[in-house]
Amino acid sequence: MKLAIQVNEGPYTHQAADTAYKFVEAALEKGHEIYRIFFYHDGVNNGTRLTTPPQDDRNIVARWSALAEKHNIDLVICVAAAQRRGIADADEAKRNSKDADNIAPGFRISGLGQLIEAGIQSDRLVVFGD
Amino acid sequence: MSDEMMDEGGTIKKFAYINRKAPYGTIYALESLEVVLIGAAFEQDVSLFFLDDGVFQLTKGQKTDGIGMKNFSPTYRALEMYDVEKLYVSEEALAARGLTADDLLVDVEVVADSEIAGMLDEQDVVLSF
Repeated sequence: MKLAIQVNEGPYTHQAADTAYKFVEAALEKGHEIYRIFFYHDGVNNGTRLTTPPQDDRNIVARWSALAEKHNIDLVICVAAAQRRGIADADEAKRNSKDADNIAPGFRISGLGQLIEAGIQSDRLVVFGD
Repeated sequence: MSDEMMDEGGTIKKFAYINRKAPYGTIYALESLEVVLIGAAFEQDVSLFFLDDGVFQLTKGQKTDGIGMKNFSPTYRALEMYDVEKLYVSEEALAARGLTADDLLVDVEVVADSEIAGMLDEQDVVLSF
């Protein structure tokens, strides 16, 4: 089955980021395809490489990056939500005259159209959040 | 916001947006509305459902000056221009909050929760906010 995933909550604050990751891992193991993972609301905070959790805790951001690299998964951060919350790639930083970017490897910033398109192209869209 | 549009080869799916939260306490209502507006460009079969505290998103007379936030409720009146015309509101959610359809700023269809369950079952894509 072709699956699209939406993550609506930030890492560490809320279980959604962990549950989504575990779900994706399990789905891949079962042979399903992940069409895209779309990060919305505070979920965009899953994509900042500046995250530095304590060493004895899971690194949620690095975990997404590793998963994306291993399975070639499209990790998309919503641009409008990202702008509100200070998540930027090099282009966004330049466009908005910011002095730095912070996007983590494997993530890209794009529009909400990517979420709708994922809903259209996939067999299921699974939403994680409240 | 993005201005991207894509050719979907004519695929039309039934998209449901479920709104369950009050408009200003959290950002979900506003960002849900942003998805609806962008999504309208894809010309899908869109329905909006307002359940629980989500019914407060549609109430008349919202004034946000005192909380320093933008009153985005007029946008719901503009949905019609985006061909988003199917707005369903939970009968039970309205009643529990002492509201009727007359308190809402747009025309909606008031539906019993039992019926909403069946309507959601018919959807292809359900986005909950």
